[in-house]
Amino acid sequence: MTPLISYIIHLADNALILGHRNSEWTGHGPILEQDIALSNIALDLIGQSRNLYQLAASRINVFSSRKESGAQEQHMLSGEKKLFTEDDIAYLRDSPEFKNAVLLEQTNGDWAKTILRQFYFSHFQLLQYGGLLNSREPMLAAIGEKSIKETRYHAKWSSEWICRLGDATTESHERMLNALNDLNPWVPELFAAADYEKSVTASGEGVDPATLYKPWLEEVNKILETATLLPYPAEKKAPVLSGKNGFHSEHLGYILTELQFLQRAYPGCEW
Amino acid sequence: MDPEIPVLSITDLGILREVEVAENEITVNITPTYSGCPAMDAIQQDIRKILAKNGMERVKINQVLSPAWTSDWMSREGKEKLEAFGIAPPVVTAGCALALTGDDEPDHCPLCQSKNIELISRFGSTSCKALYRCLDCREPFDYFKCH
Repeated sequence: MTPLISYIIHLADNALILGHRNSEWTGHGPILEQDIALSNIALDLIGQSRNLYQLAASRINVFSSRKESGAQEQHMLSGEKKLFTEDDIAYLRDSPEFKNAVLLEQTNGDWAKTILRQFYFSHFQLLQYGGLLNSREPMLAAIGEKSIKETRYHAKWSSEWICRLGDATTESHERMLNALNDLNPWVPELFAAADYEKSVTASGEGVDPATLYKPWLEEVNKILETATLLPYPAEKKAPVLSGKNGFHSEHLGYILTELQFLQRAYPGCEW
Repeated sequence: MDPEIPVLSITDLGILREVEVAENEITVNITPTYSGCPAMDAIQQDIRKILAKNGMERVKINQVLSPAWTSDWMSREGKEKLEAFGIAPPVVTAGCALALTGDDEPDHCPLCQSKNIELISRFGSTSCKALYRCLDCREPFDYFKCH
């Protein structure tokens, strides 16, 4: 597995896991239009993950056809050699092989917590996709170009909700403060580069997340201040867990049992 | 035809980018509108069906991500068809400042032409549409966002 492939899968996992979490709200949103809004956002994210998984699969297939030894990139379940697809990567890996940031697998909690998670991540994705526009890997630049437009809407929508909730009633304000307490510990990981992120930064194919911290902090705190909430504390903190390296919270397992059930129970099933 | 908006063809929308006819194979390049657009699968199936009906079995369909699809690729005819169907078409070019901040808005109700309208949600029934309401005829309507 090359660093580039790991990086692409990391980006895809971020989008898939958050997309999945957001989709858990479908049918349960506080009001119909917001139920639809969050479902649309989930769909955008899952679409982004599909583009990224397809790219990863095609790179894996090129990579394994080039290897002389041959035996290494085998079908994950049956061991027989075949071309990888997006579905193999999404549905047939277990928790330690997922590379999403741990922030994204946290439980949805109430609307405030879900909004805050989206707010933090969308502003991060905006900067990350922005950086990818200059990627030396043309397909990543193309995916960045496609995805950044949708991400602008996600960032705008969640920012407006931060203000709506932070600066409204005592209850909404308190729920936002609780959300900040719950999620802030998981944020540092977004900006801590995994080894494969360092590799692709050096090769010009990827973006060093550490360089995104300052602009992210500025934008996020501007909005938190407008919402009369506490700013995200600027002092650098160490990440609690490294989901990017396969060290996840207890939540990912439960997500995967739902997400992967059908493929695991009926391997190879298709529409 | 777009399965969600049956009055529009994929050429009206700018989804169909290129068709290459080789000796025994046809290559079709399409561009997805939004990343997660579920209509893309249905559109691909429709393309295969229509070509098969006309005797062309060997078909290769490529999803081309770059240059990214933009509502600017919608033809003027496409916009007129949208309006006639009751969906407000995108008002500005996708590159303009309003569109970049998601502040582009329709200025009249496509059903009764009144300018007395209000936004219900920037996210409508599909990723590409926002939901508005006319305060005169009281009908809700979709707006195709500049993207």
